[in-house]
Amino acid sequence: MKTLDVQKIRCDFPVLGKPMNGRTLVYLDNAASTQKPLSVIERMNRFYSSEYANIHRGVYTLSQEATRFVEEAREKCRVFLNAENTSEIIFVRGATEAINLVASSYGKYVREGDEILVSEMEHHSNIVPWQRLCLEKNARLRVIPVNDRGELDMAAFQNKLLGPRTRLVAITHVSNALGTLNPVAEIARLAHKVGAVVLVDGAQSSPHRMIDVRALNCDFFCFSGHKIYGPTGIGALYGKIKHLESMDPYQSGGDMIESVAFEKTTYAKPPTKFEAGTPAIAEIIGLGEAIDYLNGIGLEAIAHHEHHLLEVATELLSEVKGLTIIGQAAQKASLVSFVLDGIHPHDVGTVLNEEGIAVRAGHHCAQPTMKRFGVPATTRASFAFYNTESEIDVLVDGIRAVRKIFK
Amino acid sequence: MSGVGQEVKLSELYQEVILDHNRNPRNFKKMENASAVAHGVNPLCGDHFDIYILKGVDGKIEKVSFEGDGCAISKASASMMTQAAEGKSAKEAGTLIGHFVSLLTGEAEAPLHREGVGKLKFFEGVRNFPIRVKCATLAWRALEEALKGKEQPISTE
Repeated sequence: MKTLDVQKIRCDFPVLGKPMNGRTLVYLDNAASTQKPLSVIERMNRFYSSEYANIHRGVYTLSQEATRFVEEAREKCRVFLNAENTSEIIFVRGATEAINLVASSYGKYVREGDEILVSEMEHHSNIVPWQRLCLEKNARLRVIPVNDRGELDMAAFQNKLLGPRTRLVAITHVSNALGTLNPVAEIARLAHKVGAVVLVDGAQSSPHRMIDVRALNCDFFCFSGHKIYGPTGIGALYGKIKHLESMDPYQSGGDMIESVAFEKTTYAKPPTKFEAGTPAIAEIIGLGEAIDYLNGIGLEAIAHHEHHLLEVATELLSEVKGLTIIGQAAQKASLVSFVLDGIHPHDVGTVLNEEGIAVRAGHHCAQPTMKRFGVPATTRASFAFYNTESEIDVLVDGIRAVRKIFK
Repeated sequence: MSGVGQEVKLSELYQEVILDHNRNPRNFKKMENASAVAHGVNPLCGDHFDIYILKGVDGKIEKVSFEGDGCAISKASASMMTQAAEGKSAKEAGTLIGHFVSLLTGEAEAPLHREGVGKLKFFEGVRNFPIRVKCATLAWRALEEALKGKEQPISTE
């Protein structure tokens, strides 16, 4: 495995190293969104400048080429997830829309008295769609508890929650608030035994590790483009073809049909069935470029570097007086969520911002997780492959500056 | 090293008085015999306070207290508000709320509002941190609702 030339990689990201509040930007909010490499920016620019047309429409060359770029990007997503077939890859706005699509279109199989399982560490986007579905169907939303280290209580999942009534398990691969990496392959294995299907929210895992939906054997997997160094407003949903074929369309309109008559409309096959209207064409092409960029660096090398940053950050932050790390799972992605005794995360975030450091301070759209750990909010530093050890030093110095103000 | 501008800005935000009220918030308790209560929440960050008021027979505010969770700015602001509103009529409290909010958000009339808020002028530094203005005004918006006698949760978003 090659080691990363981080300084060289940083040159690919125009924003890194820019001045911020009289300092140099230290961008540690990668779990919220990642910065964009020049190749992605330039690819989208080129498409808009000289290659733009709508897709699946024209007999003219420009439209045919745009269609080809989009389908090439779909193939890149298929390889990125190791799905069997490109018809299993649906373009959506992001992970949130992907989950809403499944809740809406797979929802017809959820009946009164059924149970949907989520975990105590889900993002609101993997709670609220299921909550709404349960309300509509008179089904029951049940919660897999999390232990003090921030790991799933697998015994409770297996012995107390999972059962013949379980219709669907919606679980995050990596927690955005705690960093925990969940054993989703094992969850899928157990869930399938009782006939339940499994949706994996991969928004936080896809930037950091190789994804293999066939090895995970999940029924659905989704990710957001903007978290893997691609544009906003685009993401992908993987679904096993047998589900996609039997599910109802999500939105209806142009593109998703086979034929339309006032008497009857027939739908196109997946993935087209789920892609009504003109999609975010430039963003799809940008997403394909981002996947190429990630592959160029290598996900294995990325995971290795980021794990090193996690270890350094965990060690240095643990030495700060009054600092408690929330989420100390054995298996973690490269983020550290923490609280400082008597100092609210927003105050931490404000002081760090004045030092040029961008971190997330708040509930991370995971209020039930915050409640589980008895905190209203945390400060979260999340690392990407372009972050360095010296940036962690700047963070730790910044936290010492916070403590000085609130002494 | 920090830029000097940043240090000044920060020390104007986190004034000693504000830090003191954050450490030791005054009237930080539930009020059992409250005449009115209002809930203020900032959904963006999750900060939330309950504001309790007790009105005397003359209709004046006899006591204000609060409880909940929030950052230094929102907590200190709530704490100092409980002291500032005490003894005021609903109309006087309304004027004070207006001055305070305008001090943080208004443009031209700062001196007038600075006069109108007394000790609360320490919050003027928040003007330089637009994202934190909602922290400073959270409790005040809730007080406004409590004075109207509404009990619906209010939101700063």
